Amino acid sequence: MRKFDTKVQHLKYKVLREVARLAWNDRLAEGIMDIPNIIVPKSEPTMRCCVYKERAIVAERVKLAMGGDSSNPNVIEVIEIACDECPMSGYEVSSACRGCLAHRCEDVCKRGAISFDDNHVAHIDKTKCVQCGQCAKVCPYGAILNHTRPCVKACKVKAISSNNENAASIDNHACIACGACVYQCPFGAIMDKSFILNAIELLKASQKDEATRVYAVVAPSISSQFSYAKLGQVISGIKALGFHTVVEAALGADMVALSEARELAEKGFLTSSCCPAFVAYIKKQFPDLAPYISHNLSPAATIAEYIKSTEPGAKVIFIGPCTAKKMEMQEDRVKDLIDCVITFEELQALFDSRDLDISTMEEDVLNNASYYGRIFARSGGLSDAVAQALKEQGLDDFDLKAVPCDGIEACRIALLKASRRMLNGNFIEGMACQGGCIGGAGCLTHGEKNKADVDKYGEEALEKTITDAVSMIQ
Amino acid sequence: MKITICIGSSCHLKGSRHVLEQLQNLIAEHNLKDKVTIAGTFCLGICQEHVSVCIEDQVYSVTPDTTKEFFEKEVLAKL
Repeated sequence: MRKFDTKVQHLKYKVLREVARLAWNDRLAEGIMDIPNIIVPKSEPTMRCCVYKERAIVAERVKLAMGGDSSNPNVIEVIEIACDECPMSGYEVSSACRGCLAHRCEDVCKRGAISFDDNHVAHIDKTKCVQCGQCAKVCPYGAILNHTRPCVKACKVKAISSNNENAASIDNHACIACGACVYQCPFGAIMDKSFILNAIELLKASQKDEATRVYAVVAPSISSQFSYAKLGQVISGIKALGFHTVVEAALGADMVALSEARELAEKGFLTSSCCPAFVAYIKKQFPDLAPYISHNLSPAATIAEYIKSTEPGAKVIFIGPCTAKKMEMQEDRVKDLIDCVITFEELQALFDSRDLDISTMEEDVLNNASYYGRIFARSGGLSDAVAQALKEQGLDDFDLKAVPCDGIEACRIALLKASRRMLNGNFIEGMACQGGCIGGAGCLTHGEKNKADVDKYGEEALEKTITDAVSMIQ
Repeated sequence: MKITICIGSSCHLKGSRHVLEQLQNLIAEHNLKDKVTIAGTFCLGICQEHVSVCIEDQVYSVTPDTTKEFFEKEVLAKL
């Protein structure tokens, strides 16, 4: 069964694996220069114009695997030499235009931007065109193409433009670190910084000093990942890497659901605070709504705080689908709670750097949270959990009108309405990624089945109510 | 006296919530709230047996059915 969606992810993974392999063996300093030749061993190029460029790009990926450019505060970075400088000329008529009689393109264009030459072939006047795309939709031959960069298209917060060299460039003031561009760039020219070296260091230190045991906090979207193995085998694999134990972030989600429901009933209007990219988006684009962001920590930070209350020397590594979590862990409120963040992609690299074939391992167990905490991983789950939490706490009188927003565009629309007091709702559930966390950029695979996987995992929870799950830790 | 109950996945599946609830009730019944505190922990490293409960570095294996007996023998008798 395939481990990744794309070959770009696979390439990124190979670099992470090699860096990790060296780090485990304390050989990073001496072996680092060899990695480009290990990844690109032959003299014939398979990805770029020549092997030298391929190796130069691998060297840049090695840097990102080791934490990236420390002078750049953003956790998402462009590898300029890997950027293919895709055309960004917008809508253009291709040679597939047959010069037909219907002229649907002309009729649909409200700007009068389409004209025809002597051969009846359509042309778009760039000075009039507003990029609405209607002409492309109606052309029976699909002859009108949109030349936009996949990164620009993926970035719904409009943080990507091109620099003087024509390479992609990220505006850190607008970027919310969701990682959509990382997943969408077909050349792998945008990457999230990796903190696997910090993770390896924490794990190694814990082997020497019992007092600094490392806890893995895993996101519930793990249920839709590692589809070539069983979840219990993934847990065994995580422990084999040296983690003391594995705890569900979903238990933190249960705790969040209870307090978020109380906060909502008290204040009357609230937005969720679970998704760090959504929270960053409100702060950057809708600062007037920032006071309405729930005061709860994210589920991962909430459970990390509890873990550290039971064991003050403990270290916590969050393992999830999310690149924005790498930004969240640097916040003042969170930096002492979550010590490191790695993605599912990076976890796979860590497994393979230790030659752990999890599909042959015994199955361990993972069961801390309720159904409701677990379904936070998919769009709509958080709203369901808050509705349940209101009920369980006798706050049924509060008339919940949840607005689950699937993806940052839906978030934008709801926030825009809320800022004009036109929103028909009192609780905005914001998830920057399509589908919720299961659509995160750090997922190994993305697919239709993922939502069903999360729901199934939710139903397998031992505890059926949020209160029962949380009663364990109060 | 501090009683630490394992609430990690393995113990949770074996009923650590029921052990915890019973112990809380027994402590309340015997008016021992000032003398006994209960804490949770995510793994005591003994996942093959029943629910792990730790009192002063000694780990006991308890089930929801043996909780009362455990309380009488290891908690009440030793206070």
